[in-house]
Amino acid sequence: MQQTILSILLENEPGALSRIVGLFSQRAFNIESLTVAPTDDKSLSRITIATSGDHKVIEQITKQVNKLVDVLKIKELTNISHIERELMFVKLNAKTPDARDEIKRTADIFRGQIVDSTNQLYTVQLTGKKDKLNAFIRSIRRQSDIIEIVRSGCVAIARGEKALTA
Amino acid sequence: MLTSETTRKSDALVEQPPSANNSNALFTGAELVVKSLVDLGVKHIFGYPGGSVLDIYDALLAQEDIQHILVRHEQAATHMADGYSRSTDEVGVVLVTSGPGATNCVTGIATAYMDSIPMVVLSGQVATHLIGDDAFQETDMLGCSRPIVKHSYTCRNAEEIPATIAKAFHLAKSGRPGPVVVDLPKDKLSPPHRFKYEMPEKVRIRSYNPTIKGHAKQIKKAIEAIKNAERPVIYAGGGVILSGASELLLEFTETINAPVASTLMGLGCIPGEHSHFVGMLGLHGTYEANKTMANADVIVALGARFDDRVTNNTSKFCPDATIIHVDIDPTSISKNIHAHIPVVGSIEVVLRQFLDALAVKEDFKTPSYTSWWQDIKGWRERQCLGYQKEGSGIKSQQVIESIYRATNGDALITSDVGQHQMFAALYYPFKRPKQWINSGGLGTMGFGFPAAMGVKLANPEKEVVCISGDGSIQMNIQELSTCLQYSIPVKIVILNNKNLGMVKQLQDINYDGRHSSVYMDSLPDFVRLAEAYGHIGMTISDPQKLDESLAQAMAMKDKVVLINVEVEENEHVYPMQKKFGAIDDMWLAKGVDQ
Repeated sequence: MQQTILSILLENEPGALSRIVGLFSQRAFNIESLTVAPTDDKSLSRITIATSGDHKVIEQITKQVNKLVDVLKIKELTNISHIERELMFVKLNAKTPDARDEIKRTADIFRGQIVDSTNQLYTVQLTGKKDKLNAFIRSIRRQSDIIEIVRSGCVAIARGEKALTA
Repeated sequence: MLTSETTRKSDALVEQPPSANNSNALFTGAELVVKSLVDLGVKHIFGYPGGSVLDIYDALLAQEDIQHILVRHEQAATHMADGYSRSTDEVGVVLVTSGPGATNCVTGIATAYMDSIPMVVLSGQVATHLIGDDAFQETDMLGCSRPIVKHSYTCRNAEEIPATIAKAFHLAKSGRPGPVVVDLPKDKLSPPHRFKYEMPEKVRIRSYNPTIKGHAKQIKKAIEAIKNAERPVIYAGGGVILSGASELLLEFTETINAPVASTLMGLGCIPGEHSHFVGMLGLHGTYEANKTMANADVIVALGARFDDRVTNNTSKFCPDATIIHVDIDPTSISKNIHAHIPVVGSIEVVLRQFLDALAVKEDFKTPSYTSWWQDIKGWRERQCLGYQKEGSGIKSQQVIESIYRATNGDALITSDVGQHQMFAALYYPFKRPKQWINSGGLGTMGFGFPAAMGVKLANPEKEVVCISGDGSIQMNIQELSTCLQYSIPVKIVILNNKNLGMVKQLQDINYDGRHSSVYMDSLPDFVRLAEAYGHIGMTISDPQKLDESLAQAMAMKDKVVLINVEVEENEHVYPMQKKFGAIDDMWLAKGVDQ
């Protein structure tokens, strides 16, 4: 079961998001992550959903989402050239100077930034694909205690001329 | 916000009597609701008043175009609106109050949703400032109904009421039809605020454009497959009836000379006595319908959705057939069974495209399919609907046949859910679309009687018979009172076997006859019950008197007659597919393997 990323353009109406989420639970589709925000046109929202399933399931998901009256467009991005990113904050225990150095080095390797610090803690900000964020977590776990992690879920956009617009 | 509030308040100061001819006239939100419904051509509303919709009920008094039918339970209102819609081309309209009024509609909305019936449910809501406070009779109706509606709206500005109701009607009716809920907070309905009435000329929803016409490339592929078929079958569903395509289906059937099997929802889409009709298919379908499907090399599915009650085990479903699936809803295509040639579009339009394509094909002449029809003849000769008539009691099958005779096969028949429903589907050959009205998808007991009332209101000149069971009828029997109030003379025939027959049958077959909670030990005296409600009650227990008594009941044109027929208690419905088998793995009678 491969991860599939779906991009959805829908009316920015109250309840529109619940129709999407409800549809997924009602029909037993997976949601790995979901992000939503208004677009430059305030009447529209853009959702990125990471899901999984075989070809038949993805086809059903796409059709069912498209059937919702609030949805203008849906596009599967995983089968075309696209860019995807996720944002993550990781709060780490950095009590000793060694730990602080190690966190900083690892963050550098992953092109992360330390965005907050106290006597005890560092907070690292990292963007990238899911795999990269997972690799950072695996790597840092060996050197430091993870206090807290928050991830945005992925957002994605097609490369080149292709665009999801009303 | 401040500006618009200010405008509204100053508008409110201009006191003008409502008048349809005066474009400057101002109306309360409730008046806007009623005026919108009148303009949309609504003649009947089914509903029940309560706190949050009292303004609408007050506004209803000021007009004469719409008759409001006061039901005894909101669920029945939805089934009445549903039956009203199924027997016409109209949208069924329901009006209920917030909280329990709205939640009582849930079963009826789900029923309409599963069978794609156009319905608009106007549900009251507590005032906007109370929403979320767990106010008296507050329920999140949009949340409750979300999985079972085509769409729903909440009214945030009273000015938008006419446009919102117009959108609701448009959505309910167009594309794949379905129920739409419009939630109306009380403060948007109440005086003193008044607004202009602005009904849009044409409804446009930018995110909603159902595909009506089949894709030319797909039509071509389908025609090729049909042309090359040796053993074609048409598998027709409720979509044929919903899109008004019955006449075209007949033309198409005769043009390609293919047998037609119909789903439970499709019955009547082609006359039941037509030479090409092989009967209902599926769980309790005829032997010939299921055999024809199983042996076909091309299946033309029209407005059907390969429901699990049709396919039986999907992994064994017609493995050799090329499947052409025509449906207006793309999600129905390849959901349960992979379609080799999907065609998205309205059945009516696509059938016209098929016929046009065949007409221009110079090499196409109606095939004879001699050996295919020979096979079908063989399957028909099994006479799978034969049953043992001897014995002292009345057989359910006999009752349906007797109703057919008493009504000249012409009545509009509604049914509840259970054995009686299957008997009615199998033993009353429907002549025309919209003659057979039942809850196919959701299987809602309690549907039949209120649905019959809606049907009768929409078709006052026609005979309307509800075929029910001793279990189902008790799920909405309170509507006998509504029948009296509005003089809705429907006939109700209860096939009373003193049991929940269908459940009992399943327990006989799948649970070695261990009967759990299927006995109706304390049935009411249906005759006295009918009389208590002011109607006529009859009991029939002698098979010799069946025809005579039913004819007598049907002859009482302006009366509600409740006919309690005491039928054989242990009868099973056959044919019946075997669990986990292919579409044509069936029992033809108790212990009789095909």
